[in-house]
Amino acid sequence: MSNFRLPSGGRIDRSRTLNFRFDGQAFTGHPGDTLATALLASGVHLMGRSFKYHRPRGPIAIGAEEPNALVAIGTGARHTPNLRATQVELYDGLLATSQNRFPSLAFDLGAASGLAAPLLGAGFYYKTFFGPGNAWHRLYEPAIRHAAGLGTVPTLPDPDVYTQRHAHCEVLVVGAGIAGLAAALAASESGQRVVLVDEQAECGGFLLAEPHASIEGLPAGQWLARTLATLQARDNVTILPRTTAFGYFAQNYVGLAQRLTDHLAAPPPGLARERLWKLRAGRVVLAAGAIERPLVFSGNDRPRIMLAGAGRALLNRWAVKPGRRVVIAGADDAMYAAARDLAAAGVEIAAIADLRPQAGCDTAGLPVRPATAITGSIGRLRVSAADLRAVAGGGTERIACDLVLMAGGWTPSLHLFSQARGKLSFDAARQMYLPGEAPEGLVSAGACRGLSGLAACLADGYAAGDGRRSGVAVSGEIVPDGGVTGLLPGSGPRKAFVDFQNDVQASDITQAVREGFRSIEHVKRYTTTGMATDQGKTSNINALAIAAGALGRSMPQVGLTTFRMPYTPTTFGSFAGLARGDLFDPLRPTPTHGWAKARGAVFEPVGQWQRAHHFPHPGEPEADAVARECRAVRDRAGLFDGSTLGKIEVVGPDAALFLERMYTNSWAKLAPGRCRYGVMLSEAGFMMDDGVIGRLAPDRFHVTTTSSGAAAVLNHMEDYLQTEFTDLRCWLTSVTEQWAVITVQGPRARDIVAPLTEGVDFSAFPHMSVALCQVAGVPARLFRVSFTGELGFEINVPTGHGQAVWEAVWQAGQQFGLEPYGTEAMHVLRAEKGYIVVGQDSDGTQTPDDLGLGWAIGKTKPDFVGKRSLTRPDMLAADRPQLVGLLTENPATVLEEGLQLVDTAQPGLGTPSIGHVTSAYASPALGRTIAMGLLRGGRGRIGQTVHIALPHGSTPATVCKPVFYDPEGARLDG
Amino acid sequence: MLLIRCPICAMDRPESEFHHAGAAHVDRPADPAAASDAEWAGYLYLRDNPKGVIAERWRHVHGCGRFFNALRHTVSDRLLATYPSGTPRPEITA
Repeated sequence: MSNFRLPSGGRIDRSRTLNFRFDGQAFTGHPGDTLATALLASGVHLMGRSFKYHRPRGPIAIGAEEPNALVAIGTGARHTPNLRATQVELYDGLLATSQNRFPSLAFDLGAASGLAAPLLGAGFYYKTFFGPGNAWHRLYEPAIRHAAGLGTVPTLPDPDVYTQRHAHCEVLVVGAGIAGLAAALAASESGQRVVLVDEQAECGGFLLAEPHASIEGLPAGQWLARTLATLQARDNVTILPRTTAFGYFAQNYVGLAQRLTDHLAAPPPGLARERLWKLRAGRVVLAAGAIERPLVFSGNDRPRIMLAGAGRALLNRWAVKPGRRVVIAGADDAMYAAARDLAAAGVEIAAIADLRPQAGCDTAGLPVRPATAITGSIGRLRVSAADLRAVAGGGTERIACDLVLMAGGWTPSLHLFSQARGKLSFDAARQMYLPGEAPEGLVSAGACRGLSGLAACLADGYAAGDGRRSGVAVSGEIVPDGGVTGLLPGSGPRKAFVDFQNDVQASDITQAVREGFRSIEHVKRYTTTGMATDQGKTSNINALAIAAGALGRSMPQVGLTTFRMPYTPTTFGSFAGLARGDLFDPLRPTPTHGWAKARGAVFEPVGQWQRAHHFPHPGEPEADAVARECRAVRDRAGLFDGSTLGKIEVVGPDAALFLERMYTNSWAKLAPGRCRYGVMLSEAGFMMDDGVIGRLAPDRFHVTTTSSGAAAVLNHMEDYLQTEFTDLRCWLTSVTEQWAVITVQGPRARDIVAPLTEGVDFSAFPHMSVALCQVAGVPARLFRVSFTGELGFEINVPTGHGQAVWEAVWQAGQQFGLEPYGTEAMHVLRAEKGYIVVGQDSDGTQTPDDLGLGWAIGKTKPDFVGKRSLTRPDMLAADRPQLVGLLTENPATVLEEGLQLVDTAQPGLGTPSIGHVTSAYASPALGRTIAMGLLRGGRGRIGQTVHIALPHGSTPATVCKPVFYDPEGARLDG
Repeated sequence: MLLIRCPICAMDRPESEFHHAGAAHVDRPADPAAASDAEWAGYLYLRDNPKGVIAERWRHVHGCGRFFNALRHTVSDRLLATYPSGTPRPEITA
């Protein structure tokens, strides 16, 4: 293995050697290296295979824009695919593998697809893989996905911890190159809180690769060290390296992904892998820099064809010789900066092909060929020669080399500016998009707004930081100037790659235009240019230039594709943060949760609540347990935790009047100590919620709501109280969490509850009563209500006493055969009585009358929310779906909720639905199955037969009234 | 994540503390029974969807709990003003 490491120089720590493996082979590097620089120093330039044609590829860049060198790091649950080798910091023991190759990187069978390349052009899969039937899904797509692609995802749960942090600052500076450093320096002088972020491990940007320039009297490296020391000494400055500003949201809300442990061989236990910052900044300075553009020519993708700036950085920052004999091509003076440094390091400069007739800087002593283009390359696993040809035409000269550097000019990084909804303006002379009108509190500085050279960027950074422009002194640099876009003159369009990561060639883009695509957004989707994980950082402008050229239009006329977050791929872990597993969503246990769990209850989630679904005996099937619980309630007594019921206390001199307007029923005459079932409508007249409301005092009501509707009902009430009925004096308080509800139902309920209760005369405590009393020595609100049709009580006690009172009731009930029951038995019991569940038997389009609740409407009331809507013509139509009971012909058939009702025994495609099943259970009390459903004109069809459509055929059922058990209500008194 | 100024709390707070609550300045008819079917349907269902400034209701549900009104530009998504329920719409067109 050749050694390309220079004997001295660079910003690496040669005192320590790091061992790592790439595709199983052992290598070494030093702290300060990335995986890419360590491999290049070891002579490895082949790091990946391309997406579609499996062409050998090596890195062209040194940073986030790298399209080719995608690798996987780590193994097992910590396997992370598709990382850019140019951004992976080296650590001891790092394990890296290449992707999209079989059986090996150097010998890849998939490369045979390159032979079929002419068939695999833009949109090939739209044209080639027609029929038969679903062959695309069954056959073609899986095969293509196997052949093309990137890394593989890990299949194990992510073992790492991710955190999130909310933060605020006066000034956020994105990018710690010279402009960002200057901005942070200037902005922090006044004491403002400044946050400076940079995606690299080391701050400095291109200053890290600049050995010659002198800034404010200091060599660039010393200026950088002094500036960082100054910033670090300021308490109001936070510097965050390894942190990517990946997304820009409204009003200067910026997402920052900070990588904390990926660069460590052995992360300290407990340290999070990443921290997601949600930062709100008063002002944002974007100093995101610029990305160098590759040249588009045939064969421009061979390994060791790189960007000129990358070649120079390898040399100066990492002491890596990028090659031994170089051809440099392009149209930007950056190539002379590279040539000067490479020559000094002993790299032979074979030729410099400058597209321009005249360079913009001194080129003395360099083999410059003016007005010359690179038109091709040869080489198998790396470049071995470049073809040069005069722009004016003529013969091609082939020049042997092991390195080609491309200097196509620079593309300002507008990603965040554009995400912030900044407007872009096009500089026609320089063929580049620049930041135009900026949103409030956002300013761009330095190379990201098209400036070139350290002097201009430094002055601009200072100005962006504090609004003052100060004179700066910079000497000794070659200022990048110039640039070119599109396919180079003299080069064929085939294998002239525009988007390296998605394998899009110049010929694909011209073909898309030939086939009629006019907008760059369509060209992008048809050719997939710019759609890879790098989002076209190196390719978008070239693609746009080629499309514009083919259309004979200007670049702005063709448009620019949208910049979307994230700037670079961001882990799901950082977005999830700590909201995983038990912390994903809060769980609301009821006061008896532990008691139920100890008795083997099976729980079901109801919203965030965890409710006991049934209490199986050991080995008892669910259906048997539910039936046993139902029989216990009907024969003796059952104990049920109703604590999840929504509860709202309505208090004030106008409380009754407020309820008059919010509920359909009458409340004014309800006596204290009595309860009533209330129906709440939306203003559109549809059933919104229901529940029992008890009047505790003339000015105090205890309102209950459905478990799931509590928050919405309170919001609905507050809305009307605050904005419509502003004349009413009453106050609403959510007390759902304050009261545990211990429900005792069954013929023996009074025998159990009465001895525990003080302060209630049970001989004068009829159905639908409420009393303030003591139960088991605890202050309680005792309701006599029933959701089972049996004699029943709901004991409300302060939540902290819930478990103690529950256990007292449980003990008292033992002699009467009391059994606990869960939500499923509760549902069976209520369905036997035809009691509806809002949201199950209704879906937000039913009037009270549709549900058989017309009796609950106060006919004489002048107004209540929803009243006017009940007389709209559609609400009075005769064929509205109405709630009915359904008894299947086969008494053992339990229907599925949601099944459609039809008029024919042989439903087919297009058979109209006349309704659907809303509730269906096996009823122990009836010894058969029961169901409820909404059926068009249902109450007029009692006694008739309807058919329930099944996946194959149907089953008949008889329509009946939706009360199956004790229709007279005789059991309510025990 | 918008920053929204609650006119009751007189503070800029993050959007996640608020719930959107539909169009503002839609008055419930004083006597609904007197409204024709068409008038009532208009009150229930017909809303403007302008390209430009819209008056809408928000509730500071995880704060003071109050409903208030806001002017928002539907193109820029900028909140131009917030003001208490029951007060007139400010004169802002930007």
